[in-house]
Amino acid sequence: MSKRRVVVTGVGLVTPLGTGTEKTWRNICDGVSGVSYITRFDTSDYAVQIAAEVKDFEPDLFFEKKQAKHMDLFVQYGVAAARLAVDDSGLVIDEANCTRVGVITGCGIGGLPVIEKNHKTCLNKGPKRISPFFIPMAIPNMPSGHISMQTGAKGPNLALSTACAAGTHAVGEAFRSIVYGSSDAVITGGAESVICPLGVGGFAAMKALSTRNEAPEQASRPFDKDRDGFIIAEGSGMMVLEELDHALARGARIYAEVVGYGASSDAYHIAAPPENGEGGARCMQMALDDAGLKPADIDYINAHGTSTPLNDRCETQAIKTVFGEHAAQLAISSTKSMTGHMLGAAGGLEAAFLAMSIHDQIAPPTINLSEPSPECDLDYVPNQARSMEIRAAMSNSFGFGGTNGVLIMRRYQD
Amino acid sequence: MAIDQQMVDIIVEQLSVEKDKVVPNASFVDDLGADSLDLVELIMAMEEEFDVEIPDEEAEKISTVQNAIDYVNNLKK
Repeated sequence: MSKRRVVVTGVGLVTPLGTGTEKTWRNICDGVSGVSYITRFDTSDYAVQIAAEVKDFEPDLFFEKKQAKHMDLFVQYGVAAARLAVDDSGLVIDEANCTRVGVITGCGIGGLPVIEKNHKTCLNKGPKRISPFFIPMAIPNMPSGHISMQTGAKGPNLALSTACAAGTHAVGEAFRSIVYGSSDAVITGGAESVICPLGVGGFAAMKALSTRNEAPEQASRPFDKDRDGFIIAEGSGMMVLEELDHALARGARIYAEVVGYGASSDAYHIAAPPENGEGGARCMQMALDDAGLKPADIDYINAHGTSTPLNDRCETQAIKTVFGEHAAQLAISSTKSMTGHMLGAAGGLEAAFLAMSIHDQIAPPTINLSEPSPECDLDYVPNQARSMEIRAAMSNSFGFGGTNGVLIMRRYQD
Repeated sequence: MAIDQQMVDIIVEQLSVEKDKVVPNASFVDDLGADSLDLVELIMAMEEEFDVEIPDEEAEKISTVQNAIDYVNNLKK
């Protein structure tokens, strides 16, 4: 029996560049920054005062008041994006197919804001005042749980927590679930929202965040010589992945075909990649092997590209290791230059961007790339989106703990 | 504010229901859509608002709007 093929048939986005796929994608192609000053709490005492917050999200459009009250923001974003993705796909989940539709989501941390809130309550008013909804609001599998409840999808229901690679691993495992035959369709991606004192303070303590407070829109500058850290962001990117015949039978629109997935570990350090990006390189090779593609078959890479000095240098090195001479022919961009880093949601969002890039044959830009640093000497699609032929494309994600995830999609052809 | 009026406001807020549904004989579970966690949160809100303590075994007996009003009225006597 030939391998079951998997295609992307729906995309749903809630991002700092807009709620709704069209709005976000237009801003991405126009090179708009979603970074500005933090509005969620008083940042006077914080080294970092900037973030990419979701600005136009209206919970009332998606939830009843009581529902929304009992979901932390990351859950709201995830469920909203999933519903947009299912609507976009036109997939009807009913009695006949519901046990064959899975939900696999990724999340780096979970409900940190609601943890902060209840901890404060516990200290100030005692343990008896901890909300009974605290735990079910905070745990990282609540997006997948609520998506299942809202859509009726009764297949495999999983949540991966692999830091900044979680969204990518979720999509990869969703792909596998369909190839293996456990599901015919999977709602998948990532959701995150930790723009709160502990979230910002914690990443700032690691010196992982940009402190370019005076110019928020220019702060996320992957591969640029003046980059100084990532920008914490929030939101969700979800997709509907579907077995090819299942999608064709109902005449679904196909954005792209998912063809390869790699997952590997650095076995090296809690936060830093090895200097040569060895683990990431192995992961890219693994995805190429899984897809049965050669390096020269790839035209575009949506890079992890966080804008930290270390990531962008090591990722560039890893790409050169895997692609050799072809590395110079690749168009590579970091959409984090515009969205900031949505942590566990980033991989879901960037997989969705990959599908859109292939569908529209357009490579988004890396904005704020004024002068690349000397060790970043590839083609990063600086500052302007590029219409180009994209036969196949790769998305990279690397997470704390030394975990790596890589996806490959290609243009759908019979 | 009278306790019954205050109670109605708490219930409207906690259970996100319309005010006109919160009648004396309305059951929290059957008429106002509360689940077990909603009830825990509702009792907690009553304790906060009226500055009283409602033991679990007493809380279990409070199933309607009138039950709740009577219980707090008794404590306040």
